[in-house]
Amino acid sequence: MDKVADATKKKPENDELVPVNPKGFHLKKMDVNTKSKITEGFKGFFLGLFRWIVLIGIAYVILGPVLGILARSFFSDADNYNTMVYMIPQNPTMERYEIAWKTLNYASTSVSTIIYSITLMIIQVLMCSMVGYGFARYDFPLKKVMFAFVVVMIVIPTHTIMLPLYMTFANFDIFGIFGLIMGSSPNLLGTVWPMYIMTFFACGLRSGLYIYIFNQFFRGLPKEIEEAAYVDGCGVWHTYFRIMLRNATPAAITVAIFSLVWQYNDTFYAKLFNISDSVLLSKRIATLGSTVGNVYRIYDPNILQLYMDAGIILVMLPLVIIYVLLQKQFIEGVERSGIVG
Amino acid sequence: MGEKKKKTKLTLSRKRSMKGFLFIVPWLIGFLWFYLRSLIMTFQFSLSDLTVAPGGGYTLDFVGLDNFLYAFRAHGSFKQVLTTSVGDMLIDVPLITFFSLMVAMLLNRKFKGRTLMRAIFFLPVILNSEAILAAMKVSASMMMGGLSSAGAEVAESVSSGVSVQYYVQMFSNLGLPMGLVEYVVGAVGRISDIINASGVQIIIFIAALQSIPSSMYEVAKIEGATAYETFWKVTFPMVMPHIITVVVYTVVDSFVNSDVVTLAYNTAFSEKNYGLSSTMSIISTVITCGILAIVVRFIQKRTFYYN
Repeated sequence: MDKVADATKKKPENDELVPVNPKGFHLKKMDVNTKSKITEGFKGFFLGLFRWIVLIGIAYVILGPVLGILARSFFSDADNYNTMVYMIPQNPTMERYEIAWKTLNYASTSVSTIIYSITLMIIQVLMCSMVGYGFARYDFPLKKVMFAFVVVMIVIPTHTIMLPLYMTFANFDIFGIFGLIMGSSPNLLGTVWPMYIMTFFACGLRSGLYIYIFNQFFRGLPKEIEEAAYVDGCGVWHTYFRIMLRNATPAAITVAIFSLVWQYNDTFYAKLFNISDSVLLSKRIATLGSTVGNVYRIYDPNILQLYMDAGIILVMLPLVIIYVLLQKQFIEGVERSGIVG
Repeated sequence: MGEKKKKTKLTLSRKRSMKGFLFIVPWLIGFLWFYLRSLIMTFQFSLSDLTVAPGGGYTLDFVGLDNFLYAFRAHGSFKQVLTTSVGDMLIDVPLITFFSLMVAMLLNRKFKGRTLMRAIFFLPVILNSEAILAAMKVSASMMMGGLSSAGAEVAESVSSGVSVQYYVQMFSNLGLPMGLVEYVVGAVGRISDIINASGVQIIIFIAALQSIPSSMYEVAKIEGATAYETFWKVTFPMVMPHIITVVVYTVVDSFVNSDVVTLAYNTAFSEKNYGLSSTMSIISTVITCGILAIVVRFIQKRTFYYN
């Protein structure tokens, strides 16, 4: 009863604030709504504009050199020395690509490089996610010391481990077993095996970083997911494979992309283990200029440069395509977001 | 009874820790096999004078801490190179972290042409990798157009009549602290380096932003949070663990590409002074690990984890 009385008491106050005419009151409310809609629209428009300006500005800085290389890879000899030609060639030619394609042995080398990188990528994602999960979710003695070693693995400059690695794989042996069976320990240099062995033991190219990424991601996932899985009778491995790994899809895709790109472009281990040129594109691109120069008798470094440009574009192309395909997974990850499995 | 209960609980937790240990066993084997040996060898080299025998192989003469003393007291450039490298690292890390977080947030929104934009922002990752970098090095020296390096940028700013010094003067006349002005001007001058160095970080942040459950944003919206509040109360805390990852990567990346590592490499492979080179590697690695430990601990304290 009191409340009703209060309401009736308050009414006159309200009447003072809003126009007495009910029509006017209605109009004013509409006005406010449309006004806020308009300001919101403006806000959205300017935010969008701002975003595009920033993104295009940054994109220009990134694309500048790439566009330069792309344009120059179509230049003919005359275009290269014509100062009037900028970006758009007057006599475009595909000759650079033809020769770079032939010299790189592109069709077969790129396929073998991609197979090499993708298999290593899969091993990296599986092994590093496992190790990262172990560090993120379990407690065992000396865990902190071991994790410190992971960080050391990330930080240590690669050239300091060159010599021991070389020696390990030049006489590859596990407790003398191979030596006993075959008489001498095998030399794995010159094959792709050292890379696979190292990656399988989560010590491959930048594995430390991947372990770190997975560790941080798993730590960010709620514990309830696992507990629910255990309650439902899921074993440890089953929980990890079917539930945790699927929830860490963004991390897995990130690591997959990095691992693919870095493995594809790696020259350090390729040189150290002396992996054959016919397998790896990264080793071929390094010598493309001198090879073209020797085979086709081109002595002008400015012209040789054009072949290099075509080669760089050819090497980059598969990676960009794979990234665009993989990043669709990224977007699907959003739509599915939250807890899955 | 009570004792028995306690015992079973202990074995359960021990069982669990055993299972956890199984997850990291492959890595542990790999580490002991490939890395520990090289760490020990590097340490050994740093304490001795290494001479390569003519027929292959080498001999070590134990010299104690001579290499360390030489690096700090007598070596011509080691101290300078070390301090500038560490200084550059400390300047770059916060810039790159915030820049890449900002770009990742821009790219995470839904808009037309997002795939294209993401592909463009992915290019630095490819361009900065070894093989292409080696091939580009030749081409960069001959490239006339585009912003290929800081050098090109300086040349451009000179030709377009923009004097950096003029702006420094102007801002310092406004009474802004000189340190800040120089930091900002330095950052702007290196914008292309920063953009090219943050490709990896942007991808890590995009993944981080996408792992935030959308229900959190819905709740924030229902509670009437503004965009600003949503960022500081939802996005930022959820991204925090990945900020650590990004900082670690950025520190390591700038360290690996720094002059100290180049100096150590040259000392080993041009001057054939393996002992001194190992010493340099150890000193710089220890310093980097120290910086990482401090920074990570600092951020970790402010980080929210579920467990």
